[in-house]
Amino acid sequence: MKLLDRNGFRTDDFSRAGADGAARLDAVIVPFADLPSTAARAGKRLGVDIPNTVTVEQLAPHFEKLALIGIAFPASTDGRGFSLGRRLRRAGFKGLLRASGPLIPDQFPYALACGFDEIELPDASAARQPESQWLQALGAITLPYQRGYARPSSIFEQRRQARKEAAHG
Amino acid sequence: MYRYDEFDERFVRERVAQFRDQVNRRLSGALTEEEFRPLRLQNGLYLQLHAYMLRIAIPYGVLSSQQLCQLAVIADKYDRGYGHFTTRTNLQFNWPKLKDAPDILDLLADVQMHCIQTSGNDIRNVTADQFAGVAGDEIEDPRPVAELIRQWSSLHPEFSFLPRKFKIAVIASQADRAVMKSHDVGIRIVRNKAGESGYEIFAGGGLGRTPMVGKRVREFLPKGQLLAYLEALLRVYNLEGRRDNKFKARIKILVHEIGIDAFRDRVEAEFARADAFSDDENAELARISAQFEVRNYEKLSARSETFEAARKSDPAFAEWVAHSLFAHKVDGYAAVTISLKPVGGVPGDMTSDQMRFFADLTDRFSLGELRVTHAQNLVLPNVKQDDLHALWRELGKAGLATPNVGLVTDIISCPGLDYCALATARSIPIAQAISNRFADKARQDEIGPLQIKISGCINACGHHHVGHIGILGLEKRGQESYQITLGGDPTENMAIGELLGPGLAAGDVPAAIERIVGVYLDKRADGETFIETVKRLGVSEFKAAFLAGAQNEAA
Repeated sequence: MKLLDRNGFRTDDFSRAGADGAARLDAVIVPFADLPSTAARAGKRLGVDIPNTVTVEQLAPHFEKLALIGIAFPASTDGRGFSLGRRLRRAGFKGLLRASGPLIPDQFPYALACGFDEIELPDASAARQPESQWLQALGAITLPYQRGYARPSSIFEQRRQARKEAAHG
Repeated sequence: MYRYDEFDERFVRERVAQFRDQVNRRLSGALTEEEFRPLRLQNGLYLQLHAYMLRIAIPYGVLSSQQLCQLAVIADKYDRGYGHFTTRTNLQFNWPKLKDAPDILDLLADVQMHCIQTSGNDIRNVTADQFAGVAGDEIEDPRPVAELIRQWSSLHPEFSFLPRKFKIAVIASQADRAVMKSHDVGIRIVRNKAGESGYEIFAGGGLGRTPMVGKRVREFLPKGQLLAYLEALLRVYNLEGRRDNKFKARIKILVHEIGIDAFRDRVEAEFARADAFSDDENAELARISAQFEVRNYEKLSARSETFEAARKSDPAFAEWVAHSLFAHKVDGYAAVTISLKPVGGVPGDMTSDQMRFFADLTDRFSLGELRVTHAQNLVLPNVKQDDLHALWRELGKAGLATPNVGLVTDIISCPGLDYCALATARSIPIAQAISNRFADKARQDEIGPLQIKISGCINACGHHHVGHIGILGLEKRGQESYQITLGGDPTENMAIGELLGPGLAAGDVPAAIERIVGVYLDKRADGETFIETVKRLGVSEFKAAFLAGAQNEAA
């Protein structure tokens, strides 16, 4: 697995529970089933892996102890994670949001817009698609249309501002 | 019509560069074929039976003469000199090469066109009434709303990998000329009791293997909240639509399985949490609307003496007029439907010469704008009544004055097995055979309005479910077999046709259609159209005639 954020490939601070030495690390990801029985520990960061069928209502009670939620993308064509990520952000989750699965570079800007911070790629995907392709994908479309997503600006927003300036000018 | 601003322009240009890069990454092996496939489809590029097929978006069916000329250039340079208009008012080229696709996209961008989301599991080309903006029965022009949705849905970060494709239609009249209720979401602009305009929303309609009539999910949505509402609805579908079976993945199945009330509750719950951008949505809609306003209509009297005189003195012209005109909201003008269905012709096909010819007519007679209809015909929306006779003569010179709009030979047909990788049977030759069988114009007139629609597979691109007579081509034990349905209705009274009996061989279809039509001619009341007779009588008498003939043929 290879971790990617908006600056490129990076090392993963988190380990999965059960991996060698995971218990000693500062940041551990547990399976969703173990979440209710896992307590937050002082000085340690807790993450959870979830399938894309888990609901916000199931997760919201745990938001405070969670530093990371990793949503599984079983295939690049399964877009449920985009909507789930968006729902989690709108429900107030402030920690790291991770997309876990074989996404492709063209989906990277979509994932960031829907509130994700990082993508955890299978090694085979990362081997075929170098860092440069992922970073380039972020700049492919300077301004998208939709407003209200986690992006610096949008066409609808720029037009709104132009109208506002015209009204005051 | 809508003209791109600097933002739209840059967006489409960058999109071309992005697709060029995607093709290069596929060729280098960075993208696998499986990964590339959805990207290719999101750009309207299909791998078909003989070659790639490129599907070009014609948003809500509106084209300028300049755009049509450019399509002619592409047809000549990258195809075999023709294109095919579809029932989603798109244009398909059937013979482009993969390596040429980015160059074609560049040529399209030069005239503010694109192929974005003409395929794939995303929000597809938005359609509207072909008479949008010129019809007298509309509350307002539905095209600005369709354009707003086009922009909002383009490369949507959340809704580009849906369970399945998603089609939206917008109308603004009680009369439904866009088969609105057969869409995943249908939008009708309406007025509430206070006289404010807003949106009535239908969801879960569709054709395909499980035809469904769209159900009302919102009676009145105030202006300004449309995009927030669509976002909520799409989010519910994206998360809850089935992904275990491609054939059950459309929103109609979700709505059917959980029920319209449960679906409505979920959408409303999501909508209640939505961001409110309402003032600004209205401002944006006003900006778009301003561009659709036609400012150069002349002040004319409602009655054109030139037109009336020509109609009296020229019976052939009068006959064409009777079938081809639609009342225009502006005095002295008419909207004209031009049949692309000469007897025995290929529904929807247009050569590059015809494209240039139409572009010229569009400039001379229709203020530079034309429309593509879901019935695979063209509309010149802004013709002065004074000019109708001259227009008709020009059309006649090119063999395009067939006076059969809405008649039995005005057949909708998908490309079928002659082109399409999904098809299970041929469609076009069936359409041609029926058209030839009913070629006699006097007989067509005696039969009156009758819509025959043909699909070459269960996906129903030819809208057979809503044909007065629907024909579905299937493959049974290596043979083409055609099922006939009766009583479908594409209008505001949308109905799904009923199957008449076992499938027929291709050669037996025209005779079966004649038997059905025979029952109508026998049983109709004074002034009753085909579909009215079918609705009054029910299908049983038609079924009997259909089956009797089928047995004779088998014997």
